[in-house]
Order: sequence, then structure tokens, then C-alpha cells
Amino acid sequence: MKSPIRLERRLEQPKWLNWAVPFISLVAALVLGAIVLWLTGKNPFDVYQRIFERGFAGKQAFSGALEMATPLAFTGLCAAVAFRMGLINIGGEGQFYVGAIGAAWVGIAVSGTPTGITIALMCLAGMVFGSIYAAIVGVLRAKFNTNEIITSLMMNYLAGILLNYLIFNSKSYWRDPDSPQFPKSKNIADRADWNTYKIFGIEMPIAFLIATLAGVAIWFLYKRTRFGFEVSVIADSPKAARYAGIRTSSTIVIVLALSGALAGLGGAADVGNFRGLLDAKGIQMAGYGYTGIVVAALARRNPITTIFVAIFIGGLTKAGYSLQGPDFPSGLVGTLQGLILFTAVAGEILIKYRLRANVSRAGAVAA
Amino acid sequence: MNSNIFIIIISSAIFYGTPLFYAALGGILTERSGVLNLGVEGTMLIGGVSGAWACLHIGGSAWFTVTMSILVGALAGGLVSTLLAFLCITLKTNQTVAGLAITIFAGTVGLSSYFANIWKVAKTPVPRPIRNMDVLGLADTPVVGPILFRQTSLTYVSWLLAILATVYLFRTRIGLQLRAVGESPQTADAMGISVIRYRYIHTILGGALAGIGGVFYSLAIVPTWVDGMTKGAGWIAIALVIFGFWRPSLTLFGAYLFGALQSLSSTLKARGVDISGDILDALPFIMTIVVLVLVSSRFAHRRLGAPAALGIPYEREER
Repeated sequence: MKSPIRLERRLEQPKWLNWAVPFISLVAALVLGAIVLWLTGKNPFDVYQRIFERGFAGKQAFSGALEMATPLAFTGLCAAVAFRMGLINIGGEGQFYVGAIGAAWVGIAVSGTPTGITIALMCLAGMVFGSIYAAIVGVLRAKFNTNEIITSLMMNYLAGILLNYLIFNSKSYWRDPDSPQFPKSKNIADRADWNTYKIFGIEMPIAFLIATLAGVAIWFLYKRTRFGFEVSVIADSPKAARYAGIRTSSTIVIVLALSGALAGLGGAADVGNFRGLLDAKGIQMAGYGYTGIVVAALARRNPITTIFVAIFIGGLTKAGYSLQGPDFPSGLVGTLQGLILFTAVAGEILIKYRLRANVSRAGAVAA
Repeated sequence: MNSNIFIIIISSAIFYGTPLFYAALGGILTERSGVLNLGVEGTMLIGGVSGAWACLHIGGSAWFTVTMSILVGALAGGLVSTLLAFLCITLKTNQTVAGLAITIFAGTVGLSSYFANIWKVAKTPVPRPIRNMDVLGLADTPVVGPILFRQTSLTYVSWLLAILATVYLFRTRIGLQLRAVGESPQTADAMGISVIRYRYIHTILGGALAGIGGVFYSLAIVPTWVDGMTKGAGWIAIALVIFGFWRPSLTLFGAYLFGALQSLSSTLKARGVDISGDILDALPFIMTIVVLVLVSSRFAHRRLGAPAALGIPYEREER
């Protein structure tokens, strides 16, 4: 059994591949998605055209894409930050929930504080809650070498149970006592509502700007500081890092806490900028944390690219929600996202290896 | 006597533990070959939805329909893992990310939900669920009746599989070679064992078993398809492989322990025991974390027999 192609390790990785490969991955995912659609009796062109119209074309559609992109930018950064160090934090989902819980707490409690300060306080609460929640995973990983993938995932389920408990199964501080029949959380105070700006007719949530700033800050942290350098050394070779005297354990905890803080910030934005309350069911349905992994993978862990990819995936997701109906089955957008993740993962191969035909050595085909 | 709460807890632990065991047994075979499959959750869901579809569309006697549904679920699970095998073994991608991709692609809001939607299997109870049997008419025997003689056919098959898998892994030549592939692929390759073939076969086999675990959810536990119905069972199964030290027999007991935790909330509620359901629902997840912490120190890992080459793509040295 000889495969027709063989992989040959690249000695140098050309720069242009860094943007070409995600693009190729995306096209490949759309082609695969078209095959799935075609096999299940749908017209792929028709479906894609409607996704494009609903997700990106026009000011209203683009505003929707930005709204959906905001939480995804935060969870994407959350995944990217940990990924940079070779840690796989799939707990963004749960960290997002607890961030939302913390921010909603502040949002409900404040009265009379100016909006700017309230936003800052809600962000802070979201970050603190998210980072503590993620730091638990980090401590377990650093102290006991416990697989962070499974623990962070288990923590997602626990956070979901906590949300349900606070809103549906208890008389917690968050729960609205005036609505016993339809359990929901209290609304946040009027002044805790975050701003949305209108720029050239496009609605720009302030949280999206915060996400962009966070992306730039992370880029700076990882590219221009000693800490970032240490993280990349650990990512490349934990052994070398230890010999160089880098404190690997505490770096693991810090990176995961940072990662969780970003997801928690996303949760705060969800409460303050979009829903105005702690929507226990809504944020669990949305699955921003999981989609954030797709965003980070497609962005190849680059924090600035993450913001742009979030807009793309955001538009796709938004279109999926608004088109959902009898001839646009649910699950389609999730399937497409999964395919994008596949091709993004497979695309890494093109960066690391050169594909060569196995038949004759002379007739090599460069990828 | 048989309505004694402990007997109910034990018998439902076995019932709820059965799909966990199928998925974990699949995980053992896959991981023994050195491939880490984090796509179990998604694979189970695809198996579950395909099994439900088959159950709705394949006619014939009850036995035939159920057997075919299980086979269809296994086939679907096998197909999904073929994709994983291609990514991890042929393309040598990062196994954790590839597995995650499977779970997102096939998972709760992905392909399994898409299939459920276009095949219209959601919210329709399956016509022929997997029922608990009455073996040799002994189901009403005090104490052992409900525990040993009133389980599902898949449970009995799983006991057989546990024995077969143990013999296969530790008493046959192929099993020995499989372990060699997982421990030291270079050595195995030098001995003339095809690392690629062993890894492909056991990854696909593992996926098929996970698919059967998924069918158990849609045909026995609920028995109606619900999007995302495995609710993390696939992930618990991955932890169970570690908990069972990569051995089928220990994993079987682990699966029943977690089965007990999963069934506890409904069992106690049915008994009118006043206890917060949320805490009980959280138990399996908390326990998974605790178990992982206990067994995952570097020291324990080496002693407990984690395949040494687990998660590392095999690359033949360049000439």
C-alpha cells in the first residue's frame, strides 16, 4: 500500500504561505460543504448565495456580522492565547458563562454610576470571573499534569449547570423575582447598557472595539515582550525552557488565566452590549466558546487575524440563524464551521510539509 | 425486594454505563495503537442519529431492525473516524486539534443535528427501541434479577466484548503487535509491522464502537433522537480510558461507576428524595476531573501503562 503522494518536511517556511493557506483552507471547506449540501439534495450555490446576502451584503447585514463577531472575537482570542503556548483551552465556553455571571452581577447591582465606569466594572468582573475559572484548569495542569483539554471541557458543563441553577432552579441574586412563571434574570440597570456607535450606517458595538484593542494588546504582549518570548520558547520546547530557567508552571497558569479573562470579557459584552440580562439558555445555545476554537485555528493563532476571521465566521453564523427554517436546516452552519476547522488543521500540513508525488522523484509537484 | 433503592441504582448504573463502556472500549483500542481520539463525542452523536434513522426506515422483525440500526450506527461511527485517521495518520496533523475538529464538525450543532433535521428523525420516538430483556425468565429473581438478568442485549454483548478485548490485547499475537505499535512504532516498523495499517484499523474500530455507544442513547436511553443527547458522555469515555489504565476490565467497572452517577439524579427524583438535581447532574463532571487529577501525574502515567507513543504521529525517518 503505497500512497500516491508523500510528505516532505519543508526546510524553510515561505512567508506567503501564512496568508495563502488559510485562504485555501476556507475555499476547500466551502467546496466540501457544497459536496455535503449536494449529496443531501440542496443546491449549494443557492445556499451560499443566501448566506452571503444575509451575512455580509449591505449595512444591516454587516452590522449583524459585527454583532455576532464580537463574542467570537473574544472566544477566538481566548483559544488563540492558550494555543500559542501549545495549551488547548476548550473551556472558553464555560469561562464565557462565568464571565457573564460576574458582569451581570455588577450590571444589576450598580445604580447611579456613570456608564463609562459601569462598563469598566463589568469588564473587570467578567475578566476576574473568567480568569479564576480558567486558572483552576491551569493549576491542575501545572501541578498535577492533568490534561487541560478534558478538565476545561468538564468545567464547561459545570458552568452550564451553574447557570441553570442561578436562573431556573434557585432564588438567586440574579433571578428576576417578578417573573416566576418564565424564569429569567433581572435586567441590568439602564446605565449599565453599553454603547453602540453608528459609523457610516454600520452599527459598531463598543465591545467590538474592546475586542480589537485586546487583539492588538495580545499581539504586542506576544511579539514584543519578554513574557511573550518565554511563552514561545515553552511552546517550541518545554525542555529548553526549563534549562533556560523559565518558570513553566506559573507561565501555564498565567496564560490560562489570561485566556479565561478574554472569554470572560466576551461574557461581559454579551450581557452589557447585547442581551441586557443574563440569558442562561441563550448563551448556552450559542456555543461561542466552541466556535472560538474554529476562529483561532483559521486565524493561525494570530490575535489580529483572529478579529478579521471572527467577522467572517460571525457573518456566517448570523446568516445561519436568520435563515434557519424548513429549507435551511439547523446544524448546517455548525457543519460548515467544523469543515473549516478540518481544512484549517489540514492546511497546517501545507505549511510544514511539501507534497510530492511518490511515483518519480523527478516529477515532483510543489504544493 | 427488587424495588430496593440500591438494586435500582446498581441495575441502572449498568444500563447507563453501557454506552460509556462501548465508547471507552473503542478508545482503548484506538489509544493502544498510539492514536488519541478526542472526537468520541461527535462520533457517538453521528452513530446515534444514524441508528435512529435506520430504526425508523428499516422494516422487518424487531430483532432485525434493532440489529441493523446498531450496525448502521457502528458503520457511521467508523466512517467518521476514518476521517480522523486520515487526518492524524496520513496527514500527521496535531491529534488533539483533529479530534476536536471531529467533535465540532459532527457535534451538537453540527452534522448530527443537520442529519437529524433533513432525515426528520428528531422528536419521533424510534419504533423499535432496545428494550431490557428477561434472560431465562430470571429477571424477577431477588437481588440479582434486575442487575444481571434484566439488561439490554447490548449490555450482554459488551460483557462478551470486554472478555474478547482483554484476550485480544494481552493473549494474541496481533494484540501484542498492536501494543508494540502504540509503545514504540519505530521498533514495530523495524519488525515489519505496518504501523499505518494497525493505526487505521484500530481507529476505525474504535469509532465504530463509539457509534454503537451513540445508538444506545437514541435507541435505549431516551429512545428518541435529541440534538446533543450524549451530553458529554464521549468526553467522560475518554477520561474512563485513563481511569481504566487502558484495560477493558477496569474500564468496565469505571463505566458503571459513572453510569451510577449519571443515573443517580433521575433515580433519586423518582423516589421522591429531596435533593438538588443540579448537584447530582454535576457529579459525573466533577468526578471526571478528580479522577483525572489522581491518575495523571507523570509518575502515575508511566506506571499505569499509557501507550508511550500516544498522540505522536509516526514519521519514518527520511532516507
